[in-house]
Amino acid sequence: MAMQAVQTDGALRKAMKKKHRKTMLRKSLPLYVLLLPSAILLLVFAYVPLYGLVMAFQNYSPALGVFRSPFVGFQNFIQYFNSYQFGITLRNTLYISVYSLVVNTPLPVALAIMGNQMRREGFKKTFQVISYLPHFISTMVMCGMVLIFLSPQTGLVANLFHLFGAKLPDLMSDSGAFAHVYVWSDVWQNLGWNSIIYIAALSGIDPTYYEAATMDGATTWEKIRNIDLPMLMPTIMILLIMSVGNLLNVGFEKVLLLQNPLNLAGSEIISTYVYKIGLQNFQYSLSTAIGLFNTVINIILLLGVNWISKKTTDTGLF
Amino acid sequence: MELTKQKPKRRTQHVTHIARSGKDRAFDIVNYGFAILLILAIIYPLWFIIIASFSNPSDVATGQVWFWPKHWSLKGYEALFNQPIIWRSYLNTILYTGIGTLFALLVNIPAGYALSRDDLLGRKWINLAYVIPMFISGGLVPVYLTVKGVGLLNSFWVMIIPFAVSPYNIIVARTFFKQTIPASLWEAAQVDGSGTFRYFFQIVIPLSKAVLAVVGLWTAVGIWNQWFNALIYLQDQNLQPLQLILRRILITNQQLAGNTTGQLAAELQQLADMMKYASIVISTLPIMALYPFLQKYFNQGVMLGSVKG
Repeated sequence: MAMQAVQTDGALRKAMKKKHRKTMLRKSLPLYVLLLPSAILLLVFAYVPLYGLVMAFQNYSPALGVFRSPFVGFQNFIQYFNSYQFGITLRNTLYISVYSLVVNTPLPVALAIMGNQMRREGFKKTFQVISYLPHFISTMVMCGMVLIFLSPQTGLVANLFHLFGAKLPDLMSDSGAFAHVYVWSDVWQNLGWNSIIYIAALSGIDPTYYEAATMDGATTWEKIRNIDLPMLMPTIMILLIMSVGNLLNVGFEKVLLLQNPLNLAGSEIISTYVYKIGLQNFQYSLSTAIGLFNTVINIILLLGVNWISKKTTDTGLF
Repeated sequence: MELTKQKPKRRTQHVTHIARSGKDRAFDIVNYGFAILLILAIIYPLWFIIIASFSNPSDVATGQVWFWPKHWSLKGYEALFNQPIIWRSYLNTILYTGIGTLFALLVNIPAGYALSRDDLLGRKWINLAYVIPMFISGGLVPVYLTVKGVGLLNSFWVMIIPFAVSPYNIIVARTFFKQTIPASLWEAAQVDGSGTFRYFFQIVIPLSKAVLAVVGLWTAVGIWNQWFNALIYLQDQNLQPLQLILRRILITNQQLAGNTTGQLAAELQQLADMMKYASIVISTLPIMALYPFLQKYFNQGVMLGSVKG
């Protein structure tokens, strides 16, 4: 008896749920229409190319297509791992990106705190607006500026060195200097922009914390260390996780534009190599395999850092 | 009574004005001093580009130009504007930016709205399907072959259509709609007999100018500065955008001017340098000039994009 009641109850609920789903579906139809254009584009230009990843395990030939090209297992990966470019590209990619991470994580925090301590509102506003400005310069123009300014004969920096009786070395032909040029020009361009998110986080801090600290006789420096930094920590962690997840996606466009045959030993990174192998040498399979290797490492790093961060600071992306 | 009197008009951090210690004053001096140095470090290179573009080539090359144009000259601009390809590519960039931005808004904003609605069936999975491409991509070659396969190679529309969907911008729009459009509004519209489309286009969109501005500006700047897609997908010079022509002037240092008779190599190189300064000015000026008026929208975009959800 009781069993039966439960059963009918369950059946009833099931039927209700079904009906509910039906009305939900009917209501959702117009929303699907709104999603349609983006869904089609995403399908064609993001999901269909995923199928092309099969090429990484084939000896792809355009004449045969993905369907009939012969499978070769991991041969393309092995070819890359055994090539002498493997060490160079991996080392350069890691070096430039870790260098960039180490510099670009603390500096925007410092800049936001600097701005936050300014009590002249006009000055603060001007300072912040100017610091965002270079972000809008295109990568092309930015690289052009780097090349012009660092030109060893006629560049601005060379002329500045000359004033002090020094001589500027030719940085763009020096593979050892490449990472410095890349990272510090990036700081110039994006420092202010990267600080926006911290500025917002700081403006959300309850002013009574500062009042209490002032009452207790805390100096500005002590307030920064004991209020600002702990309050910014979750934001710092989230952004750090995201950057580590993108560690191997070094600014491809910028590296490609600043590259030249003389600095290649310090500037060839995985993504520029993928480009050259794939679209200049037409070794489609090898190029796709190297790109896939890059993606897999990125995902492992992202998940790894997210896991560590969740364990230690309780903040994570997912 | 005392308390209300002390309440500050503006919300500033240091509400109480206890005498600041010597340490605090030292901090301020260092802080402001450093800020001024930073401002100069950002402004001066930009200023130098401008004054150099209006100076005499040999003065720039020999380091005679520091704070003000020397021997006012427009040679760089003349050499630049004598190239028909500059005009052509500039027009292309304007067209790509205008049409591409419009197209991207039409594609991304409705998607953001649909994903913001709680009653969308299968919302969780659809959301996931939009986020995955942010992390996994088929890679350069498969994407290239796909674009080629649908016949967009060397076509005007390759700069507009294939990369219009931006999961990031969709998330920005979704966050905005979730935060600012109350669910009760949709219920009220339904009572009035309004369907989803009418509600979206006549009520939601007019209330969402801020997010249209944010996403529109992001997209516009992105397309204005785009060059790599043009490099691999557009061989036809008449379709190439300004940034790709800039590459020849700024990076590969090609002489656009063919006529070299009677000119010294050094002089030619100086003229090429002047064209570099001038081309930076003409390509960057539009964005820089608009920027102060638009910067609040850019900031809003960063904030909307950072909210998890």
